[in-house]
Amino acid sequence: MIDFGFNLAPSSAVNLDEIDLSRYRALLRMEPDARICMGCGSCTATCTAGPFSGMSVRKVLLALERGQHVEVNRMLEGCMLCGKCMMVCPRGINTRHLILSLCRIKQEENYD
Amino acid sequence: MIERVPGAFHPFVLPFVAGMVFVLGWCLVGMVRILVELPREDRRRFFLSLVTPKTAWKNIKDIFLNCLIHVRLWKRNKVLGYMHSSIAFGWFMLILLGHIEVILFVPERVHFLYYPIFFNFFVAEADSTLQGSLLMFLMDFFLLVILSGIALAMVKRFRSRLFGMRRTTRPSVLDRVGLYSLWAIFPLRLMAEVFTAHISGGSFLTGPINALFLHFFSNDLHYMPTWWAYSIALGVFMFVLPFTRYMHIPAEMLLIPMRNAGIGIRHPRRGFAKLEYYSCPGCGVCIDACPMTASRANVKDCTVYLNRQLRRGNERRIEQISDKCLLCGKCTEVCQVCVQGPELRVAQRRMRSYALSPDYSQIDTAPMQAAVRGAKVLYFAGCMTQLTPSIRKSLEALLRRAGVDYKLMDPDGGLCCGRPLSMAGREEQARELMAKNTEIIRASGCEVLLLSCPICYRVFRESYDLPGVRVVHHTVFLRELQLAGRLPLRSGPETFVYHDPCELGRGCGIYEEPRRLLDGVGTRVEAASHHAESVCCGGSLGSLTLGYRQREAIVRASLKNLTAEHPATIVTACPLCQTTFARYADRPVEDISQTLLRNLG
Amino acid sequence: MARKKASKKTEGRVVVIGAGVAGLTAARELLALGYEVVLLEQADRPGGHVAQWYKLFPDMSPTAPILEDLLSGVREAKLLCGVEIASIGRLGDGFNLILTSGTAISCSAVLVATGFRLFEARRKEEYGYGVYDQVMTNQDLERWFATGQDPRITGRDIRRAGFVHCVGSRDEKAGNTQCSKVCCITAIKQAIELKERFPQAEIWCFYMDLRLFGKKYEDFYIHAQRDCGIHFIRGRVSEVSEAIDGRVIVKAEDTLSGRPVKVSLDMLVLMSGMVCNPGIHALAGSLSLSVDADGFLRSRDNILHLNDSGQPGVFYAGAVTGPKTVPETLAEARSAALAIHRYLRGL
Repeated sequence: MIDFGFNLAPSSAVNLDEIDLSRYRALLRMEPDARICMGCGSCTATCTAGPFSGMSVRKVLLALERGQHVEVNRMLEGCMLCGKCMMVCPRGINTRHLILSLCRIKQEENYD
Repeated sequence: MIERVPGAFHPFVLPFVAGMVFVLGWCLVGMVRILVELPREDRRRFFLSLVTPKTAWKNIKDIFLNCLIHVRLWKRNKVLGYMHSSIAFGWFMLILLGHIEVILFVPERVHFLYYPIFFNFFVAEADSTLQGSLLMFLMDFFLLVILSGIALAMVKRFRSRLFGMRRTTRPSVLDRVGLYSLWAIFPLRLMAEVFTAHISGGSFLTGPINALFLHFFSNDLHYMPTWWAYSIALGVFMFVLPFTRYMHIPAEMLLIPMRNAGIGIRHPRRGFAKLEYYSCPGCGVCIDACPMTASRANVKDCTVYLNRQLRRGNERRIEQISDKCLLCGKCTEVCQVCVQGPELRVAQRRMRSYALSPDYSQIDTAPMQAAVRGAKVLYFAGCMTQLTPSIRKSLEALLRRAGVDYKLMDPDGGLCCGRPLSMAGREEQARELMAKNTEIIRASGCEVLLLSCPICYRVFRESYDLPGVRVVHHTVFLRELQLAGRLPLRSGPETFVYHDPCELGRGCGIYEEPRRLLDGVGTRVEAASHHAESVCCGGSLGSLTLGYRQREAIVRASLKNLTAEHPATIVTACPLCQTTFARYADRPVEDISQTLLRNLG
Repeated sequence: MARKKASKKTEGRVVVIGAGVAGLTAARELLALGYEVVLLEQADRPGGHVAQWYKLFPDMSPTAPILEDLLSGVREAKLLCGVEIASIGRLGDGFNLILTSGTAISCSAVLVATGFRLFEARRKEEYGYGVYDQVMTNQDLERWFATGQDPRITGRDIRRAGFVHCVGSRDEKAGNTQCSKVCCITAIKQAIELKERFPQAEIWCFYMDLRLFGKKYEDFYIHAQRDCGIHFIRGRVSEVSEAIDGRVIVKAEDTLSGRPVKVSLDMLVLMSGMVCNPGIHALAGSLSLSVDADGFLRSRDNILHLNDSGQPGVFYAGAVTGPKTVPETLAEARSAALAIHRYLRGL
């Protein structure tokens, strides 16, 4: 290989061919409604925990679908389960239970 | 007085004796296990309460009124009340009278377990004395009472609607065995005593029937099989009892003193919780009461089924049932035994572990503390009120009008009160949030913490440690302002119905203040079910799994209940109820603060 | 010639329910085809929603001349305003209508052109319509453009304004999961007009998806961005509160940057979506017309028979079957007239 004298940093692009979707699929089995998010951001805007922790249900779902798990765990840890996101969601997704399901999936992964 | 049977024994008593020994042993072991499973301090408290004269007397009174007379059931439904108390109290009297007979006539046999039960088989001509004939009369009388109860029970099993119950439980196989053996016991006892009446004596019921039968039967060969059948029916009932809903009979007798001692559910399955779900009589009153059963799909998620699954240990179903419930508390309200359905469910939720635990330690409350310093009255609007700005705006307008010096605790959004977390079973995390909120409230130096959301109100009242701070819901606060003449209201022709939010009504016992306020501004009608039996709006955060679409039928049923008397406006005192109703209501839905503001004098 | 026309009239009377732009256009075409037309209008004057508007996108055409033109075409029709239908039923091959005033009308065909009703913005309580004086709807603003009368604006200097798209559209909680189609472009149109009135104003549009499908709409969008400096934020507003300085504070997530945003505004305009005119549902029942899941009436099919109700003699035009723009409505009204003509001629 020719040395050009510099290295390319690891790409920040998400390679959809290689990402791990096992957690997203596990979520879809428990919460089929996770598919119908249209990314409007109402949940994030109304989130009680958001200003303190960066919690965002929209981003959690998106990150899962893109196979980026580290972010997901960090965000879920800020949730206060107050249920406001569930009340404003225009698609009627039970976001509160979705969060609990995600915590559950993580728990099962730990057992495995 | 003749003892008819030499040796005072006959093998037909064996099924009964075996059953009795089995059930007594089972209950004794069960009781010891429950006591052992209690936390040490609870156990101490329980034993202490047993020797405290006041609670001891209360225990006896409560057991008599609830287990035998079924007072709570009488208040709800006279026929069902009669049915249950006739069987329970009647049976108790038969046993008691049997013992009195033994003590009076054959005191040397008093330690024989079967003697009081089969007295008329073993002892003859007890009616020749005044005492004897009186006792025989009473025995016949109570047997008749029980038989009338059994007859009602049979009708109820097949035609429950006649008793005002729309839906009732589907008994399991063993429940059926228990039920049919229970039904069989008393007619068999009647027949056994009838066939023996010309030998052992009888009264107004057994005597004449015996005389009638003597016309047909020339010998006494048939009475032995009847006594056998009676004993077997008793034996079968007692053998299946621990595995059926009839376990509630012994369980409740322990539950009542424990509850009087102030013991609550700590562990989801052990100790007091176990006693709770074994005390469920499985009557199914909670099915019709449960707001979720507006959808047929939720019928099997009522408390009676939770108790059944807890007894069976069906984990999958326990989880489903626990997570679906709205935690409105109506099942406890209508339950004869007051089984704490919501508390049992929250305990199950608490048992579950999640890998991700929220961490709120990073939250800095210093800026929030600074903003509220020096407030006399601190108003915490809460998360839900952010979505119903009219409540906050109206309440603030009323406070200004009444000249109340107040400050907002969360003008730009605050922390959650912690109740939704504890409803989801995450008590520890809820405590963390409560500690953060406590910091802010204490820093304010306020005397009154005002809440417009009953969800917040309940948790601030029950779980926060705020010495010197009066926690008050806006309905109560506004009523006080009105009584002090600081909130002049003007009465109009409008008709209102008041919806009791679960957390405010059943949760905190506040029913009258909002009603008195509404009386001041117009005509008030009541919903079909109201006060402690009000129907949850369906929006409760208690349910983890019910999604938006699955709640629609519940909301509509609740609205139907509210509008039975055709009020022009629906008034409530909870932002969540208001939002939930407003989506489907055909008439205005307001918070009480909005109603009052519209009608200021 | 005169005789021929008279004979046609007796065999071909058409009742058009609703004298909005759809009803007026269809009536004009039906008259031209030689039918006798009775136009029924619930309001006191014809013109429907368009009569309350100021200018139409994308050419900023004033509505007044358009309406004048449409009205001039229906002079020969019998126009009954301020009437309501008490009952409607089939009578032989035709229909018999009875108005609440007691008047009975028989006809050979019915055209349902009852249009839409604006979503009641009060129902999205978190947006504060009816709670905060700074919050108004697209209809309120259009009326202000037309009349200059609105206590919420008059005498105020609007420095910061916001538009919320999709109010009561694409929203399960509002009972309407469908897109109302015209609000995106209307918001852009109104934002541009507002900017013209208040050149100093900063204007934000909060949208979920910008659906600008029509001719010249994209140009309009570019104009709003480049020439008017209107800010577009992709995020749905979640709640509105009031600040001490009398402004409203709007919270949303800027989903493109992934951060919650908050902005204080002098004025917030809610783009109320379209729902079916609820008055038609009783009528639909008596004529056995089917209603779609979105609450609008269902056409026989959505490609070949858009005007056809599936019930003989009953036709649709305009927003009674779903949200539509004015040009779409007019085109549909003309095609409805032809469909009725074919029906009455037995073609």
